[in-house]
Amino acid sequence: MRADLAIIADLINPGARVLDLGCGEGELLAHLQNTKQVNGYGLEIDGDKITTCINKGVNVIEQDLDQGLGNFASNSFDMVVMTETLQSVKAPDRMLDDMLRIGEECIVTFPNFGNWRCRVHIALRGKMPVAQHLPYSWYDTPNIHLCTFRDFERLCREKGVRIIERFVADSKHLNRPLMNVFPNFFGAIAFYRLGSRSG
Amino acid sequence: MSDLSRADSVGLVIPEVYRHEAPFALQCGVTLESFELVYETYGELNDQASNAVLVCHALSGHHHAAGFHEVSESRPGWWDNCIGPGKPIDTRQFYVVSLNNLGGCHGSTGPCSINPRTGSAFGPDFPLVTVSDWVRSQTLLADDLGIRQFAAIIGGSLGGMQAMQWAIDFPDRLHAAVLIACASKLSAQNIAFNEIARQAILTDAEFHDGKYREQGTNPDIGLMLARMLGHVTYLSDDGMRQKFGRQLKSGDLSLGQDVEFQVESYLNHQGRSFSKQFDANTYLLMTRALDYFDPARVYQDDLVLALSNALCKFFVISFTTDWRFSVERSKEIVDALVKARKDVASTVIESDHGHDSFLLPIPRYFKVLSAYMGQLHHEIGDAR
Repeated sequence: MRADLAIIADLINPGARVLDLGCGEGELLAHLQNTKQVNGYGLEIDGDKITTCINKGVNVIEQDLDQGLGNFASNSFDMVVMTETLQSVKAPDRMLDDMLRIGEECIVTFPNFGNWRCRVHIALRGKMPVAQHLPYSWYDTPNIHLCTFRDFERLCREKGVRIIERFVADSKHLNRPLMNVFPNFFGAIAFYRLGSRSG
Repeated sequence: MSDLSRADSVGLVIPEVYRHEAPFALQCGVTLESFELVYETYGELNDQASNAVLVCHALSGHHHAAGFHEVSESRPGWWDNCIGPGKPIDTRQFYVVSLNNLGGCHGSTGPCSINPRTGSAFGPDFPLVTVSDWVRSQTLLADDLGIRQFAAIIGGSLGGMQAMQWAIDFPDRLHAAVLIACASKLSAQNIAFNEIARQAILTDAEFHDGKYREQGTNPDIGLMLARMLGHVTYLSDDGMRQKFGRQLKSGDLSLGQDVEFQVESYLNHQGRSFSKQFDANTYLLMTRALDYFDPARVYQDDLVLALSNALCKFFVISFTTDWRFSVERSKEIVDALVKARKDVASTVIESDHGHDSFLLPIPRYFKVLSAYMGQLHHEIGDAR
């Protein structure tokens, strides 16, 4: 199992109702179904990935996240998960609102544009960064709303979103000591566990 | 000539008849003294009787879904591309049951059958049947075949509606419902098209209030028009453009009154051959069953509440250019299933072929359906 998904799986309680936005090949949900009796649904738009989910017996629903999540009732899930997808949706701020409307809690992961490698690319080479955690060129990247950890945390503050936990890792999803001291400089990927405003 | 030698064909099939020799009360209040259902089966029922799949037909369908009746038959059953060894509904894994619904005109008790009370054909006096009636009659057939629980009940269009009704009315008798190009009820536009089709039949001078057989005639024109209209709603604008464009039958425009464009010739042919094969009273009955289908009605118009009875898992498939039962109608079903906390998967297949897509071997559609059926086979295997 992908290291980042193992980290997320640990944050989810047995029997929880989980909505996985951009569930890919359904690895997280299949794991949660088999090990934690989780009743989950995944949203995905890629046809081949949907077939792979079906092969795993995952409840996959074809839906474009950019069309909004208005079809999901408020407070209908325990956990709404979005791994490495927030940066590629049209309106990440509204997505965050919707996630917290639907779920009691959310888990969001995204690549850090403030990582030192990105800073070196821009500052010294004057080029858009291409790194292990950001493998695309500027013209073909699905990542249309890149941000740094600091940017994201500011958005959470503005929205009154509660950050319950944060875990910072490198591109291989390992935590290294310096990352906890200077997360926005050394961290490549962050996991945020968020609570709704009322919480 | 049929191609019986193909390894993926179920080959020659012989229809069978189930006789129900007891009164059967219909939802409309009328009781049938007895009835018969004609059906076919493909594949082998396993020892646990856990691998049965029921295929429900759509508006003008019947029991002959796969294989050939005779060596001389030129075309196989209506869903032969999907049912057979190695096909999405794999007869090496599943025992497939396909029947002609009550009220049909392909061998099951319907308007063309003899009414035991009068000794002559029911004709227009055949009572109104509903999707619920069909489902109840199908449970009796299942009992007779020794099937307690179907691994899956599958249908496109009106067939999907039967699968949905099964899930609501007999929740413990199916493991999965596969709803293809389906809707939880008809829209006003759908009913409007059905009403035009019905009026074409009812106003045909040869209809004779449904007693056309006694008059030795048939409302061919009405049936033809009904089918032509139906066909237009089954295709998409793009699909028709690709298939026919504005191609003329002969080289130039003659600006006359006769058939000029390929699309006209196609519709005329479809309509004419349908009028020779299908009974007008059955067509009226089937479209009525379609119009009245609305399982949420008895649950305070709340589809979530209606579906909350279900115990099975669902797979909902729709097609981008289907405007008869659009992607939105399928989404309504999926949203209701999520709200009712049911296991559901759904996909939207890119296709130019409108509502007809559900009958076509579109690669992604068949791939994902194969995957779903494979997973079901795995699950029923685990349950043994």
